[in-house]
Amino acid sequence: MFGNEKQTQSEFKKGLNKVYTWYTGGFILFVILVAVMEQMGLSRNWIGYLFLAATVLLYAGIGVMSRTNDAAEYYVAGRRVPAMYNGMATGADWMSAASFIGMAGTLYLAGFGGLAFILGWTGGYVLVALFLAPYLRKFGQFTIPDFLGARFEGNLPRLIGVFGAILCSFTYVVAQVYGVGLITTRLTGLAFEVGIFAGLAGILVCSFLGGMRAVTWTQVAQYVILIIAYLLPVIWLSVKHTGVPIPQAVYGFTLEKVTAKEEVLIKDPKEIEVRGIFKARSEAAVEKLKDVPAAMAADKAAAQKKVDDLKAANGPVADIKAAEAALAALPKDEAAAKAAYTAARVSNAARSNPPIRHATPFPGKDEAASDISRKNFLALVFCLMIGTAALPHILMRYYTTPSVKEARESVSWSLFFIFLLYFTAPALAVLAKFEVYTILVGTPFDQLPGWIARWSVVDASLLSVADVNKDGILQLAELSIGGDIIVLATPEIGGLPYVVSGMVAAGGLAAALSTADGLLLTIANALSHDLYYKVLDPNASTARRVMVSKMLLLIVALAAAYVAAQKPADILFLVSAAFSFAAATFFPPLVLGIFWKRANKWGASLGMIAGLSVTFYYMVTTQPWLFKLTHGGAALTPEILKANTWWDIAPISAGLFGVPVGFAVIIIVSLLTKAPGKDIQELVEHVRFPSLDGKVSAGSAAH
Amino acid sequence: MQLTAKHQEYWSKNLRITGILLGIWFVVTFVMVYFAKALTFKFFGWPFSFWVAAQGALVVYCLIIWYYARYMNNLDNEYGVAEGDE
Repeated sequence: MFGNEKQTQSEFKKGLNKVYTWYTGGFILFVILVAVMEQMGLSRNWIGYLFLAATVLLYAGIGVMSRTNDAAEYYVAGRRVPAMYNGMATGADWMSAASFIGMAGTLYLAGFGGLAFILGWTGGYVLVALFLAPYLRKFGQFTIPDFLGARFEGNLPRLIGVFGAILCSFTYVVAQVYGVGLITTRLTGLAFEVGIFAGLAGILVCSFLGGMRAVTWTQVAQYVILIIAYLLPVIWLSVKHTGVPIPQAVYGFTLEKVTAKEEVLIKDPKEIEVRGIFKARSEAAVEKLKDVPAAMAADKAAAQKKVDDLKAANGPVADIKAAEAALAALPKDEAAAKAAYTAARVSNAARSNPPIRHATPFPGKDEAASDISRKNFLALVFCLMIGTAALPHILMRYYTTPSVKEARESVSWSLFFIFLLYFTAPALAVLAKFEVYTILVGTPFDQLPGWIARWSVVDASLLSVADVNKDGILQLAELSIGGDIIVLATPEIGGLPYVVSGMVAAGGLAAALSTADGLLLTIANALSHDLYYKVLDPNASTARRVMVSKMLLLIVALAAAYVAAQKPADILFLVSAAFSFAAATFFPPLVLGIFWKRANKWGASLGMIAGLSVTFYYMVTTQPWLFKLTHGGAALTPEILKANTWWDIAPISAGLFGVPVGFAVIIIVSLLTKAPGKDIQELVEHVRFPSLDGKVSAGSAAH
Repeated sequence: MQLTAKHQEYWSKNLRITGILLGIWFVVTFVMVYFAKALTFKFFGWPFSFWVAAQGALVVYCLIIWYYARYMNNLDNEYGVAEGDE
């Protein structure tokens, strides 16, 4: 079904069109069927099981059908993936759990500031199209370190490339596996660890049996599911509020209403009262921090007194129990108390702030703060764009098209399919905000909709409400909502049937699985092809190389699952860090390798090391978690942070320094050392022209 | 194979279009965002700079890539450097 040697390209394409049309129809039918069953009384848990089982089995089925041991099929899907399908596969490969679940949430919480992600994660494709995709396709090998090894003559640049590829892909894959576990848990109620391994089984069957070929055709299937799942609830909400089924065209007017409501909420006396209470709590925590032992004693005395008073007054058993629990939950030692007071200070201070103005660019208390905010926005956009154009698992996809021409068209399709989701995300954020601001806020506490209770049970850090000022009405300041639930909870916020929630969760799963597939393959290929075949054992047979790759895939997948099961802190930071690392390591040598014949081995090797080191150094000195990890547990105080920060740039944008350093070092060192030989000049010319004489060249036909 | 003058011309045309498109990319991204605070006039309900960052720039990116693919594929044929059919 997914191609054999005898078919011509156009027969192959026609076959694919038929398969995926039927498939899309089948998926829609399946959703309708589950919707009917829901009306007939199917429980929520069963809807979750159905969506999980059906989609994971489907991906596994495609994996089994595309199994292969042939090297060209395994590494680059036989180089026969038509431009449009490669675009869809790249879309699914690209859009991870962070894009699907996290981005609209970030936009909800950060307003204009969140648009940096929208710009960065789409604009990067312009760089892919102009600087990399057609040339890499013409080069026509299997991996990105392959290009570095061939262009810069030797194993040193190749090995640095392998290290860089593994560094960015592994941090990224851990986040995907974590996302898989999270969604499976929400969808079915299974334990987190079980969820991780259920999802992992789906990833493995696919990439283990069929490598790039299976991953490609699964990713196309996953794209179809994720885009339907993302668009449908937003269209539904849009019809509900505006009567127009094209949310992207009309949410400007909803944004106007949200903006008007923000002004009301900022001045509302009840809201100000609640924010004042949080401010007082934060100030109380600051007082306690001044003398921790005394504060601990006072807390203990107060809690003890409450228990004694209740007992003396013969109060209700439940109240006594609660008071005793509060007493037992007090921090035991000084360090724990200090940590608890610091956390209370920070979280209460955050909640005492008025709501942000969604549409206002670069909010800040004065001109200087606003300038810093603008600087960081631009720096983040820069890093995300360059990082997008340097992530090995994305660039690898452009090796799979049949020709340079199709590689160019394929970038165009990739961005189009990504665009469909990315220009919807800001609409979703605004529509969800409208629901919350105008419908939810002001509701009496005893009439709150059911989804609030259901999500607070899952995780109080994602959603919690408390009647802080005891007036029985929900104020906006009394609601704490985490970004990660906006997309998953939108169907419930908008009052849609549960089947839509199940479908959205299945879409999130598709997004996480497809990205994990591509990343795992990148890591396994870097190790098996670049390290094992090209460096350790150049005489290894094709079958043996594929076998080694499959074994490594298994090991890497299990390692990623193991790390994800530890629930590492700051996982979102790690994902963003991967972009800065990729940007600083790969972008300068790839671009200069194609556009500057003079760039040589030593320039590229030292440039990659320098770019990566500068990026890493900046993160380690300015990111709290990494600072603690590398400085023997010492905390990053505001004073140290101020001294270490360059030009007020946040650690997430460390690539802003790494990329120029990488370029500069490559250029300077290359000019100081010997120019590359004649064969390299010819390789560069070979890469620059789709064909020097109008014929199919050996490079693109060589499997 | 030795490069002919025609090959050189193809490559310089490629560099020129790459430079022009990169310039457009730079303006819609960085220049627009830099002046975002000044560009907040209403545009179908959105403040203009919000709309550009949420939709307008994305449309321009799509057009840049689409135009580049079309231009280069034509250029390949014109200069006889297109790959033949497999």
